[in-house]
Amino acid sequence: MLSIEKITIAIQEALYANLPEFIALLAQFVLVGIFVISLFAILGLVLVFMERKVSAYMQIRVGPNRVGFKGTAQTLADTLKLVLKEGLTPDGADKFLFNLAPFIVMIGAMLLMAPIPFARNVQIWDINIGVLYISAVSSISVIGVLMAGWASNNKYSLIGAMRSGAQIVSYELSAGLSIISIVILTGSLQLSEIIASQENGWWIFKGHIPALIAFVIFIIAVTAETNRAPFDMAEAESELTAGFHTEYSGMRFALFFLAEYVNIFIACAIGATLFFGGWMPFHIGGWTEFNHMMDYIPSSIWFIGKTFFLIFVIMWFRWTFPRLRIDQLLNLEWKYLLPISLINVLLMTIIAIMGWHF
Amino acid sequence: MLEEVGTNTEGDLIINIGPQHPSTHGVLHLVITLHGETVKKVEPHLGYIHRSIEKMCESLSYRQFIYVTSRMDYLSSHINNHACALAVEKGLQVEVPERAQVIRVLLDELTRLASHQLWWGAMAMDVGAITPFFHAFREREMINDIMEETCGARLTMNYMVPGGVMFDLHPNFQRKVKEFVQFFRSKFDEYDELLTGNIIFQERTKGVGAISKEMAISYGCTGPVARAAGVSCDVRKLNPYEVYHKLQFDEVLQTSGDSYARYLVRMGEMKQSLSIIDQLIDNIPEGDFQAKTKAVLKLPKGEFYSMVETARGELGVYIVSEGGMTPYRIKFRSPGFSNLSALDHMARGAKIGDLVAIMGTLDLVIPDIDR
Repeated sequence: MLSIEKITIAIQEALYANLPEFIALLAQFVLVGIFVISLFAILGLVLVFMERKVSAYMQIRVGPNRVGFKGTAQTLADTLKLVLKEGLTPDGADKFLFNLAPFIVMIGAMLLMAPIPFARNVQIWDINIGVLYISAVSSISVIGVLMAGWASNNKYSLIGAMRSGAQIVSYELSAGLSIISIVILTGSLQLSEIIASQENGWWIFKGHIPALIAFVIFIIAVTAETNRAPFDMAEAESELTAGFHTEYSGMRFALFFLAEYVNIFIACAIGATLFFGGWMPFHIGGWTEFNHMMDYIPSSIWFIGKTFFLIFVIMWFRWTFPRLRIDQLLNLEWKYLLPISLINVLLMTIIAIMGWHF
Repeated sequence: MLEEVGTNTEGDLIINIGPQHPSTHGVLHLVITLHGETVKKVEPHLGYIHRSIEKMCESLSYRQFIYVTSRMDYLSSHINNHACALAVEKGLQVEVPERAQVIRVLLDELTRLASHQLWWGAMAMDVGAITPFFHAFREREMINDIMEETCGARLTMNYMVPGGVMFDLHPNFQRKVKEFVQFFRSKFDEYDELLTGNIIFQERTKGVGAISKEMAISYGCTGPVARAAGVSCDVRKLNPYEVYHKLQFDEVLQTSGDSYARYLVRMGEMKQSLSIIDQLIDNIPEGDFQAKTKAVLKLPKGEFYSMVETARGELGVYIVSEGGMTPYRIKFRSPGFSNLSALDHMARGAKIGDLVAIMGTLDLVIPDIDR
């Protein structure tokens, strides 16, 4: 059976067998870089197309269906248009920061690719503090957003950026706490170990109700962190025209756009890894025959399936709900989600200590 | 200019919303003073789409000027025409045949439904939900098709003439309207699910942009905006024209005067309009669709006033005649203008997001305000 694991291991072995160790490592770096960049591009194309189709389905429309096979090349055409467009820099803008901001947002999203396990044994960097790394790096993008808002010299952008700052800083707490509740169960920050601990069942099933609560809070928090509706305060089309990226055009706008989608993918991938076992097939403890059957489906398919299911859920939010107001948004976090997460972590600790989970 | 200064002496941010902005639904220009996210002052600047319709009407004959008014409040163009036709008929002392009256009321209510549907979608967009817009348009399209078949146009119908309507109903009219009513009734639950019952939407609108009964009266608010504050002001009830006095319908009233109340009033009005259409669609009397009038209309010397209930409130048409072929002076009392003037009162102290939601519930149509 063909699996990504075999390909990556074969490449690695071939590299190390034929080249000196230093050059092999360098070649690996280059390959990973190419992989990340191409994954970025593919994700952007796929997710934008998916969003347009999902929204069309919900809005009783057909969606893009002309360019390419069933409209699949529509995003390519859009990208081409954005590349050809002139990237304007406003007169009063801080030129350096204005041009830097999209790249910071982009780099934040790229760095987050590193610890994600895409399939069995396919992981760029199995860092032992993986969860901590993710929480830390995912905050970088807010700097880019604030920079974009400030440097644009536009009042709409400034308001959007300030909103985004307040929002991401607040929701990071809930996201962090819900991640911690899984860390408590596994006793490890390393993503590969978190997945290994779900060999006889995913945490969302094994962790009783606290895991379910943690998952719901996690989904809400990452929706807010990625600035998606109903928490798209930073953009808030009807209020702030386009929020922090009002003044951006051409490829620089496309970078923001791309980073948003990649961030969604990463957030959902982390959610799938922590709560749904990542690439781990659907296993039930003790049912050996059943588990073997499930293992026949490649691990990468499991990972992609779970991630895209979560992405669909987040898109579903966006096309169904009205937007919250900024004060309601912060109320929701500080008055409801944060206390609930704190109590939830406590419950989870009790469950972990008493060994009540399966 | 203000936009170059950016902040005032107290350090508050001054922002131009419009004339090109996604949520102003036209070329409305609001200069708002912001303290952080809180709105301190809203100053509407008008005139970007002023076409001097009132002045234009003075050089048009009594048959012609009616059609210019379609371009005022283009979402209830039929009702605007109706108001003008009523004023001319008042001057001419013409008795409108009953068939024409029923046709006028039916089309009025269809126009009102179409207008409210568009408002519903646009309002949802203002609070950030994009999907309802498309659902509202699906139903509105059916009304537009009916209008196209009967009147020949989809938006600016121009179907009214002094003394009746321009031509008879299309043979498909009754069947299509019945189909539409049945379809729309079945979709009402969907509307409620998508927006009315949504907790985020309720949080966004309840207690926001409230206006008291007294303030609503003193600002001259009419229509759903005033009825949401508890002011009974439905012209169809208080000063019935055509066949409204024979019909069974309720004036939808709320008391809280906030955005949610305005929303509920309009939703209730849609149901009432459906019930009016139900009562009339099988009872269209036979007879003429137009009274006999002279080829050249001349109103006697004097002043004539008529008012109707448009989708946005009370529209008054005031004609001063010197006895000639054209009006000496025409003045329209448009509902949007007075409703907009209450915006500052409603939005003070609210957040910038609320301002947009309040504007959505006011259902502003800018050409109606500027004329």
